[in-house]
Amino acid sequence: MLKRSLLVLLCLMLILAIVGCGKAKTTSEPPAGETKEAYKIGAVVDISGSAASLGEPERNTLQMLVDELNAEGGIDGHPVKLIILDNKSNETEAVLAAKRLIDQDKVLAVIGCSQSSTSLAMVDTVTKSQVPMVSMAASAKIVTTPEGKQQPWVFKTAQSDIVVANKIAKYLVGQGIKDVAFLSMNNAFGDSGLKNFEEAAAANGVNILLKEKFEATDNDMTAQLTKVKASKAKATVVWAIPPSASIVTKNFRSLNINMPLIHTHGIGNQKFIDIAEGAADGVIAPMGKLVVAEQLPESDTQKPVLLSYINDYQEKYGSRPSTFGGHGYDAFELTVKAIEQAGPDRAKIRDALEQITGFPGVSGVFNLSAEDHNGLGEDSMVFVEIKDGKWHLLAN
Amino acid sequence: MGSKKNLLLIVIAIVVFCLPLIIESSYYMSIFIVIGLYAIVAEGLGLLMGYAGQVSFGQAAFYGLGAYAAAILATRCQWPPLLCVCIAPLLPSMVAFIIGRPILRLREHYLVLATLGFGIFVYVLFKDLGTLTGGPSGLTGIPYLNIGSLTLVTDQQYFYLVWGALGLTLFGMANLTRSPIGRVFKAIHTSERAAEAVGIDTASLKLQAFVLSAFLAGLAGALYAFWVTFISPSPFGFTSSVEFALMVVVGGLGTLWGPVLGAALIVGLTEFLRWAVPVALPNAGGEFEIIFFGIIFVLIMLFRPKGLLAIEKSSVAMSHPTTLRSTDA
Repeated sequence: MLKRSLLVLLCLMLILAIVGCGKAKTTSEPPAGETKEAYKIGAVVDISGSAASLGEPERNTLQMLVDELNAEGGIDGHPVKLIILDNKSNETEAVLAAKRLIDQDKVLAVIGCSQSSTSLAMVDTVTKSQVPMVSMAASAKIVTTPEGKQQPWVFKTAQSDIVVANKIAKYLVGQGIKDVAFLSMNNAFGDSGLKNFEEAAAANGVNILLKEKFEATDNDMTAQLTKVKASKAKATVVWAIPPSASIVTKNFRSLNINMPLIHTHGIGNQKFIDIAEGAADGVIAPMGKLVVAEQLPESDTQKPVLLSYINDYQEKYGSRPSTFGGHGYDAFELTVKAIEQAGPDRAKIRDALEQITGFPGVSGVFNLSAEDHNGLGEDSMVFVEIKDGKWHLLAN
Repeated sequence: MGSKKNLLLIVIAIVVFCLPLIIESSYYMSIFIVIGLYAIVAEGLGLLMGYAGQVSFGQAAFYGLGAYAAAILATRCQWPPLLCVCIAPLLPSMVAFIIGRPILRLREHYLVLATLGFGIFVYVLFKDLGTLTGGPSGLTGIPYLNIGSLTLVTDQQYFYLVWGALGLTLFGMANLTRSPIGRVFKAIHTSERAAEAVGIDTASLKLQAFVLSAFLAGLAGALYAFWVTFISPSPFGFTSSVEFALMVVVGGLGTLWGPVLGAALIVGLTEFLRWAVPVALPNAGGEFEIIFFGIIFVLIMLFRPKGLLAIEKSSVAMSHPTTLRSTDA
């Protein structure tokens, strides 16, 4: 009994200690010495867990950018303190991490998360606390309220799926293809793709003859593809990310299906080509310009941004950055630009974010407004084709 | 001893009541809310594992069923949120009642496998019943909980709701385990055969414990849905089930406060490590936290194999005199 009481007491002390820590932390603001007070920006990233392949390049990018910014003197002489927390791809932890950044660290803005689901979980928290948030995930739901308006405090940098869907539908029409088969992975990404492609196809007069799904962990999609082969479809659209996207492609080639294979921006890293082992040749996909940055015409306003990002990233981490890192780049740059204009005031930063136009980022040229908290149009994407295991820009 | 215990309870109650008054930070409040939610689930699972002696690796499914039932009733049927919280736990209870009989006939590893399979099955349903559950991209637009004209917007308010529910759970659990039924549960835990031999209807009692554990998990799930106001399948997957079981085991099987301590320890440790690991290793992600977690659990299992709050049985102490001494030290 005594031992148990002691343990319970110990717990209480632990609770008090935690509370004590919190109090102590909030009072220990950096001393205002010769250098100006640091501006704090928070980031909640899916660094580990199921979405680690998205979160890791994002974390690397954010770290690199803040180092560069501080080396150049920060924002108006204020150094920037970026606090990056890992949510382990878990929604409950994302909520806690966001609250920690807002209440303990008193950040000016929150960047994150990598996935749509983890981002959506944080929306309520930032809205209640009135802190601007810039998500790096795709779903349009993140910035839309249930009533169909834009979420006042939430922005996002990844292209919405509807943009990709429209782009593909228009490409198909341009090629004279009216009947397609649609395969998607059974998760939030594929789900959103299916919904948006159905809309885009209907709007552009494309018929979806066949809708099939596969799990992100499946190792063989021959069953679904056999149905595709038997159908009257003239092209196949696959909405997935590697490794399953690569496996579909391999199965597609081994079944000798004779029609164009169209993927999405989900395959936008070298991993897709590597896992597909040669089967990737001939795949066509709409994509952010990052993978074909070198082939872009000089007139493209994004080209210098893309090349310098690729250069810096390669120098620091020894590999080419992925599209997801690009979403992190845009989130950070937009936030910094807003703080530059608004100063350390959360509401003003929000207003400033809403007014950013003509900003060349990695994922596209951002034109944010009160009606559009993503600000990317169809011109943010180009069509690429894979030839000999390399990305090639297709002329529009 | 009785008065001492009561005094301690009163002190704990006062501390819990005062917490929201002292803590302004919504972050710390949220940690306590999550601890409260997990503790409710763990209490139910504790009854099942510690008293009735049945392991369940499918508890996150019940947690999710409660959350989805509440969210769907509130968004698609526009029911008042408080009513949803009261009704939602009935769905997991019913499911537990239906699957309980066949599943609880299984023992040991087979029971573990069956509950695990059930958990995965329900997870797949959450993902695939898109029109109802919102599919993998989840359900948005869940309203805030309101009691009469009071809308629970702040975390401080929500804390009282969750810990009030936990208090009721603990009160009920304390009474249940001290009642004749509670003693019968313990008998089943010690030896199911012996309990059957003296004429106890073990099957029916195990089913009752299973249904009650599902009810509590569902209640916590419903409260979670109205707190985050967004749900998707991912928090209700297999890893969460394992975490719930871990809370019960770490806290101590067959104890009233064990599951609460387990929940507090796991949530507290996660949050502490999230802050501490990047300070120690700037480029490390969550994978390093898992290593620290592992080390801590190995230590707990080495020195307190029955869980932190469990009283070491004398037979264990006799056969391992060294462990006894080391835990006393």
